[in-house]
Amino acid sequence: MSRSYIPHWIHWLGSPPNFYRFAGAWRPWLMAAALAAGAIGLYGGLVLAPPDYQQGDAYRIIFIHVPSAWMSLAIYAGMAVAGLIALVWRVKLAEVIAMESAPIGAAFTLVTLVTGSLWGKPMWGTWWTWDARLTSELVLLFLYLGVIGLYHAFEDRRRGARAASLLALVGVVNLPIVHYSVQWWNTLHQGSTVDLFGRSSIAPSMLWPLLVMALATHLYYFASILGRARTDLLSLESGKQWVRELVEEQPAQRQGAPT
Amino acid sequence: MNPVRKRRLIITLLILGAVAIATGLSVFALQRNMTYLYSPTEVDAGKAPDGHAFRLGGIVKEGSIHRTPGSLTTDFVITDRFQSIPVQYTGILPDLFRVGQSTITTGKMENGTFVATTVLAKHDETYMPPQVEQAIAKAREEHRIPPGDSPPPPAGEGQGGGKSANSPRPPSGHLPPQAGQGKTSDAAVQQ
Amino acid sequence: MMDWLAMGGYAAYVWPAYAVFFAVLAWDWLAPSFRKRKLMRELHGRIAREQTRNTRVPRAEASA
Repeated sequence: MSRSYIPHWIHWLGSPPNFYRFAGAWRPWLMAAALAAGAIGLYGGLVLAPPDYQQGDAYRIIFIHVPSAWMSLAIYAGMAVAGLIALVWRVKLAEVIAMESAPIGAAFTLVTLVTGSLWGKPMWGTWWTWDARLTSELVLLFLYLGVIGLYHAFEDRRRGARAASLLALVGVVNLPIVHYSVQWWNTLHQGSTVDLFGRSSIAPSMLWPLLVMALATHLYYFASILGRARTDLLSLESGKQWVRELVEEQPAQRQGAPT
Repeated sequence: MNPVRKRRLIITLLILGAVAIATGLSVFALQRNMTYLYSPTEVDAGKAPDGHAFRLGGIVKEGSIHRTPGSLTTDFVITDRFQSIPVQYTGILPDLFRVGQSTITTGKMENGTFVATTVLAKHDETYMPPQVEQAIAKAREEHRIPPGDSPPPPAGEGQGGGKSANSPRPPSGHLPPQAGQGKTSDAAVQQ
Repeated sequence: MMDWLAMGGYAAYVWPAYAVFFAVLAWDWLAPSFRKRKLMRELHGRIAREQTRNTRVPRAEASA
């Protein structure tokens, strides 16, 4: 079995006790960075940025709505990649990351839909419409919930993870639909504002807080997934020696501070 | 890669491919039922469903907004620069509703007038401060570039006007919103 | 300050939106902490039970 195409550090990280320590060390720093970036982005968006010529101050919902939307798609893609590795290579860490990404992704998708609704009512005149963009994002939420539900429906968590990973992969077809919906069909939702490669149709004073919030939400995801994956690994490996040693190290606490 | 993993990978990719094809075919087949809105040209050509409600999308024509005094009824015209449809709506209009704004209205055709039950305003993907917008409007006037929108092409069979319905639209001349403007007030008509 | 809070008249939409954002992410951050605490308690309990079993067995063998 040739392992030469996997870098050594990935191999090292894939071992549960190593990952547990690595995640524990990095998590507080990532969360601190996420909070700092969030504070800067929100200050830039809520205080510094001028009102929009057309939407007034209502447009400021963009600073949480758009980053959350980006995360809802990005996390799904990550979950699908981890799921593919879990399905084909049966790597425990991949299963854990895939399954624990689902609730985080679902959270961002829910935020996207609710903040979008709160933005749509004053601007468009409706809380909801069944156009291609909104409908496909709602489908994304159902896919996340389906992955979570399917995973927990199995007695054997490893089989459950594989079944849920297959569902996650099948749902990948929804990602280009969400993204291109505003180009392929007539929609109430407007087209893309930010273009990775070209000119974005948003003033610089509004763009930079948006990008900083995108960074903040990404950092938050990494902090969150490291914490969730750590706990899940403990549970998955609970019979193993490394877990036993770890638990014995820590004093039994009734109302301990959450780690 | 060992043969077991190779087999799993191939099976997974085959399932994914099948789902992608199935989804693509379903979406393609359902195009007509999935049509979100019809343009004035399509309605004029008889493509809109007869007898029941549908969505009409286009731009509010200049000079066409008339309010009946003493009531909430507003008459205006929706156009795609090729055809126009008169619309009548009773109710409160969204804040962004005004001349030159892209609008989507739900209702039925009755004797040549579209009687609307809902009127939604659409906004484009441009965000900028009022000063920048005023500078652009001023520059446009100076260079005599006409305001308003490039017309969407008449829609082909089974596919609504797609991209052009969402392309950036320079704002037609209007004043920036004032702070404290009510959320659900009738938008003042500015031409 | 009051002008800023009023968000140009759209406060009833903007602030609830931000509240939802923070509330949902707070849930995402805190929920796993509760699970971890519960898990650690269970693991402590399991190890304590195994240790009691280990110390009891020799006595049982001695009396048998």
